Amino acid sequence: MAEFWVNMGPQHPMTHGLWNMRVKISGETITDAEPEIGYLHRGYEKIMEVREFQKNVVLTDRLCYVSSVTWSHAYALACEKMMGLEVPPRGQWIRVISLEIQRLASHLMWLAAYGPDLGLLTALLWALRERELFLDLLQLLTGARMNQNFPRVGGVRNDLPPDFDKYCAKIIKHFRGKLDEYKRLMHDSKIFRMRTQGVGRISAADAIDWGVTGPNLRACGVDVDLRRLEPYETYDEVDFEPQVWKGGDGGDSYARFICRFNEMRESCDIIEQAVKKIPAGPYRAKAPRRAEGEGFARTEDSRGEALFYVIGDGDDRPYRVKIRSPVYCTMAATPLMLRGNKMADVVSILGSVDVCVGEMDK
Amino acid sequence: MGAEEDLAKAVRERFPSAFNELGVVRPRVVKGVIDRKDLVEICFYLKEELGFAHLSCISAVDWKDHFESVYHLYNYKTGMTLQLNAWIPTDDPKIASVVSLWNAANYHEREAWDLMGVVYEGHPKLERILLPKDFRYHPLRKDFPQETERQYITRRKLKTGGR
Repeated sequence: MAEFWVNMGPQHPMTHGLWNMRVKISGETITDAEPEIGYLHRGYEKIMEVREFQKNVVLTDRLCYVSSVTWSHAYALACEKMMGLEVPPRGQWIRVISLEIQRLASHLMWLAAYGPDLGLLTALLWALRERELFLDLLQLLTGARMNQNFPRVGGVRNDLPPDFDKYCAKIIKHFRGKLDEYKRLMHDSKIFRMRTQGVGRISAADAIDWGVTGPNLRACGVDVDLRRLEPYETYDEVDFEPQVWKGGDGGDSYARFICRFNEMRESCDIIEQAVKKIPAGPYRAKAPRRAEGEGFARTEDSRGEALFYVIGDGDDRPYRVKIRSPVYCTMAATPLMLRGNKMADVVSILGSVDVCVGEMDK
Repeated sequence: MGAEEDLAKAVRERFPSAFNELGVVRPRVVKGVIDRKDLVEICFYLKEELGFAHLSCISAVDWKDHFESVYHLYNYKTGMTLQLNAWIPTDDPKIASVVSLWNAANYHEREAWDLMGVVYEGHPKLERILLPKDFRYHPLRKDFPQETERQYITRRKLKTGGR
């Protein structure tokens, strides 16, 4: 049968943004694939070179609109490593809380997008309904629903609002019940499992070789969570279990789904512990205006390993900023996941990877 | 700081003359500065014998008098990061590709070539990735103009037209 290329994108309901997946099909089977990216390239690394260290937080917020806080935090952490700055304990705890709330909101956005990819519109409505609760928490903490502009080089912008722990406890209690409801909708559905199990498989060795990180790597059974392996902020003081696929034979869409889904429970645990353990004191240290040297920081973003490499030359602006986006690296490995699968599964596989075009194209 | 010193020592003993600089930066991070000719040999040793299985990032830096290609390597077993800075002369911006060792280098090197214009020799497909195919410049270089003035327009400048 003749093989030919099909463009899935740039305008396609599955892309969740602007990019193009070219797939080569023979009948219904995919024989090759090639991502085409760069439609959303905004030249972040160049723009950041002419803005001051503190002002760049506004830009890094917009790298990914569903996980602003995690990206700004990674940038702030890299700047602190370069300046040799220590964040006060309360600031670190507030960061942990805001990061985990943001991770929950981001994973819920993924769940909301993944449902319709499989033709399950209920998941969209349910997940967005609960995401609203966490956006409310973020709004209470930072004053905004999107692009919060919350982390600062040296700490965070403001302290916790009064009674924040009570709001957190109330919302998390409510959310845990909803998670069981999701489980009945997704895990227990035979159709859902038929669409995801054994589809879009990538081996652990391939995943490491291609630089796949985060939940996508843990779904292959590799126990790598930077919050555990290389604890930043106060993650070494909270008790949580990194979600790794244990069933053997992982690396498929189902394993990725399970890892992300269970991570939401873990985030709830971390928030509950953090609001209890948070000490009193200052939440922000004064950052120097000018800095020289270099520093890098790697954090566990919602989608994998985020790395910022910042160089200062003694001016009040960075000399060079390099952003390592997890989605950019995962995108290089998607042809491996797609090859051999059916055309109808492209959408479900790419949905399970959790693509965010803003951070991919920088 | 025991494990970091051990790692630095092992690498220095294996390549006594390759490193211009090698030291511990902070806990779990070792940094080494090398010349571009030793890159593939050192990377091969790091991956195959010391277990640096994860190539996290490749960044190209324009230092005006030379380029640098910076590799962040990560060892999943020991949790150690090794940062390799490879020097590249400005008049001949070429360096060997490490795609044969880590496939993760593929997109990183393409991006570094696209934005910084460092040629990675031996790369299977060194094409534009983020910028359009007919773009003729490498914008992250320092001689590529950046509109710095526009953000700092003061009221007075607006009124007087820049005087």
